[in-house]
Amino acid sequence: MSLDIFLQHFFNALTLGSLYALIAIGYTMVYGILRLINFAHGDILMVGAYFVFFGTFAFGWPWGVSALLAVAGASVLGIVVEKAAYRPLRDAPRISALISAIAVSFFIESLAVVVFTGQPRPVLQPEWLVSEWQLGGVRILPLTAFVPAMTMALVVILLYIVYHTKPGLAMRAISKDIETTRLLGVKVDNIIALTFGIGSALAAASGIMWALRYPQVHPYMGIMPGLKAFIAAVFGGIGSIQGAVIGGVTLGFVEIMTVAFMPDLSGYRDAFAFVLLVLVLLFKPTGLLGESMEEKI
Amino acid sequence: MSDGILPAEAESADALLLASDVTMRFGGVTAVSRLNLTLSKGSIAGIIGPNGAGKTTAFNVLSGFYTPQEGSVVFDGVNIRGKSPADICRLGMARTFQNIRLSGQMTVLENIMVGCHVRRRCPWWMAPLGFPAFYREEEEIRTKGQRLAERVHLAENLDDQAGSLPYGAQRRLEIARALATEPKLLLLDEPAAGMNPQESLELMHFIGHIRDEFDLTILLIEHDMKVVMGVCQYIWVMEYGALIAQGEPDDIRRNPDVIRAYLGEEASPGSVL
Amino acid sequence: MRLDRNTFLSIAVMALFGLMLVQAETFLGDYQIYIVKLIFINAILALSLNLIYGFTGMFSLGHAGFIAIGAYVSALCILSPEQKEMMWILEPIIWPFSTLFTPFWVSVLAGGAVAALCALVIALPVLRLGDDYLGIATLGFAEIIRVVIVNATPVTNGSLGIKGIPGHATLLSCYGWTLFTLIVLARLVFSNFGNVLRCIRDNEIAARVMGINVFCYKVLSFCLGAFFAGIGGALLGTHLSTIDPKMFNFLLTFNVLMFVVAGGLGSLTGSLLGAAIITVLLEWLRAIEEPMNLGFVELPGIPGMRMVVFSLVLLGIILYRREGIMGTRELTWKSLGTLFGRGKQ
Repeated sequence: MSLDIFLQHFFNALTLGSLYALIAIGYTMVYGILRLINFAHGDILMVGAYFVFFGTFAFGWPWGVSALLAVAGASVLGIVVEKAAYRPLRDAPRISALISAIAVSFFIESLAVVVFTGQPRPVLQPEWLVSEWQLGGVRILPLTAFVPAMTMALVVILLYIVYHTKPGLAMRAISKDIETTRLLGVKVDNIIALTFGIGSALAAASGIMWALRYPQVHPYMGIMPGLKAFIAAVFGGIGSIQGAVIGGVTLGFVEIMTVAFMPDLSGYRDAFAFVLLVLVLLFKPTGLLGESMEEKI
Repeated sequence: MSDGILPAEAESADALLLASDVTMRFGGVTAVSRLNLTLSKGSIAGIIGPNGAGKTTAFNVLSGFYTPQEGSVVFDGVNIRGKSPADICRLGMARTFQNIRLSGQMTVLENIMVGCHVRRRCPWWMAPLGFPAFYREEEEIRTKGQRLAERVHLAENLDDQAGSLPYGAQRRLEIARALATEPKLLLLDEPAAGMNPQESLELMHFIGHIRDEFDLTILLIEHDMKVVMGVCQYIWVMEYGALIAQGEPDDIRRNPDVIRAYLGEEASPGSVL
Repeated sequence: MRLDRNTFLSIAVMALFGLMLVQAETFLGDYQIYIVKLIFINAILALSLNLIYGFTGMFSLGHAGFIAIGAYVSALCILSPEQKEMMWILEPIIWPFSTLFTPFWVSVLAGGAVAALCALVIALPVLRLGDDYLGIATLGFAEIIRVVIVNATPVTNGSLGIKGIPGHATLLSCYGWTLFTLIVLARLVFSNFGNVLRCIRDNEIAARVMGINVFCYKVLSFCLGAFFAGIGGALLGTHLSTIDPKMFNFLLTFNVLMFVVAGGLGSLTGSLLGAAIITVLLEWLRAIEEPMNLGFVELPGIPGMRMVVFSLVLLGIILYRREGIMGTRELTWKSLGTLFGRGKQ
């Protein structure tokens, strides 16, 4: 394999991994706080992508404006979902909330089919992102550098929020002990809503870049990335943002590189993530950076 | 282990349970440190100690939920260190829990019948095939469950949901379920917790009765001193994971270490115990 | 088994219902028969998931995988060698599947058995996981099974699927298999083994201390559930006559989960009711996707609207009536207002 090709694979893997990482962060934050797999997370990604599609294609807005509006719209949607479908079940058995999440996920998908139709729609890629760069004989798509850079920036901002602001402190406190945090006077519901808002914004950002990378949108585009990103979050250690990033990037590399070196396996690509999941759960159920949660006897 | 009197060392031949130098650590915390217990057949003994002294951890080690880092536990002549709770139950040890663990949605009778399961002979596949032997055994289990329910004064409540019972009745139900496994040794984790004095008194008599009736050996953890002093023939006192005293109730009552552990340094001896 | 009044009555009703079905073709149209068969098959699927999730408390989202295995195995068994040779156009079908040719009932049992075998392989690693992790892991396995079906072209005909499966699943045989499932599961869950499974669901630690080998029973329940899911899948295949990998996606698991949750977790009769009601509801909802003529105005159909309503129904159940129709109770002769005792014991 020539260096040229290898570098292309490398950047592809980094791009895909960054996209997984951004989605995984949302899963890990919500799971860390509520112990809930937010099944609708992948669909929020899809909605974000559709918002951009309509902004640029139907209304002719510039890319930046559509993207910002899409991110804002998606985080509002995330907050609404939490309020309508998860908050009433906070004291119910965990699986009830999970079934509710699955129902919401199907609701958003089928509503998208009704509103946007089931047809995949092409997305216009801005010229500057897809005209190849020549760097000393190596061809690189600017997009594959843009996505990781953007991801890095978003993760830095997120880490700042979580570790250096008061709401961030409250989030970390809730993930340790929700009841005690409530007793300390923290408005737990608001912080949970904020968590959903941030997570959904990141999912939408990922969805937008996903639509740029694989230039089309369709109502079911969020399912697979969502599931795989959850697996990435488990791999990295659920509840840990850094873990989610590491897990996402690892998964991106596993998928791209396995297929690059063993083209025969390309048909099984979607199965890699799940094999990885089973391996992780067998050998290190808490993931790379996760804390153990054992039931008290 | 200051006084060095090993209880019933002479009779360790008929010891049902023998724990020697059991140490259990969680990360850096030593929850149980060099615990030695010798429990002779047919006795009723107690472990007391302040909150966090490691009593429940000791129970969890004995019943197989934790494998201690050091030491050994021999039950009825079998080394049970590292065995699963299910295997230990099959060998004849049953227990109850401090925070009652019943299936709240199931009825009283069904809960007791779950306890009978470990002694059943017919395998599962006989059920769909409708073997007569299977249904005979089902009937036996049902009768046994009813009998045990009567024994713990729950005959009226056979078809009530376990979760709807008052607290004291749930404790009795848990004991009945444990008895259903036909144990030789019964571990009771704070059986009197949440009971009023009248109920505690009844419990004391009840523990004595079931020991005789079912030919049991009983080890219990308890905070209610009346119960412990009234029913136990031998007592171990734990503090910070280690034994600080052991002996018969009267010795324990007068032991200065025990009084200090319970009441602090300045307390006068004999004021509460 | 004692033949008390209860059992006798249950048998009588079952037989009467069977007789009715024999005559069904005289008073039911093709479409109605199609729906009734679908209800029976869905009832089998619901019962099997209820054993795994409702009675044993294992949140498995892998049902579509077992259904797919059942459908494919049985289709491979009942298609004649000539048919298979003609249909596998991408790659020729390999031995021994090319010569396999069995009677219908063998193929259904084979579908169930292979599904149970796969479940056993899956169970060993994943059943140590709790709640939602188990859900994701089993969902992952269902997805892996689907990917394998797409790629194992010499066996499964890949993404083309299998067409022209002979329609052996008559109304009566669907009914028979449903009864078989119901009776096996009822005998199991109304015996003390059922109590053991429920104890594992409610309080695993208590079950362990009662001497129950929890893992062993979880594996048993999981494999048994998968067995009946495979049987349901086999019937589904012959009922629809066409199967392809896309059919067995997460939506199928979701549908089955819906039957179980709507009927009541831990209630066999609830699963029957849930399957019947939801199946009819789903068919009935097709109407809103078709153009509607109200006489004075023609409303255009809304494609996809069915699933919107469907997911809202599930959301409504889980938010406002979490225990479903029956909760953990059973529909018995007693609760039907008669003098008879508890269920079919």
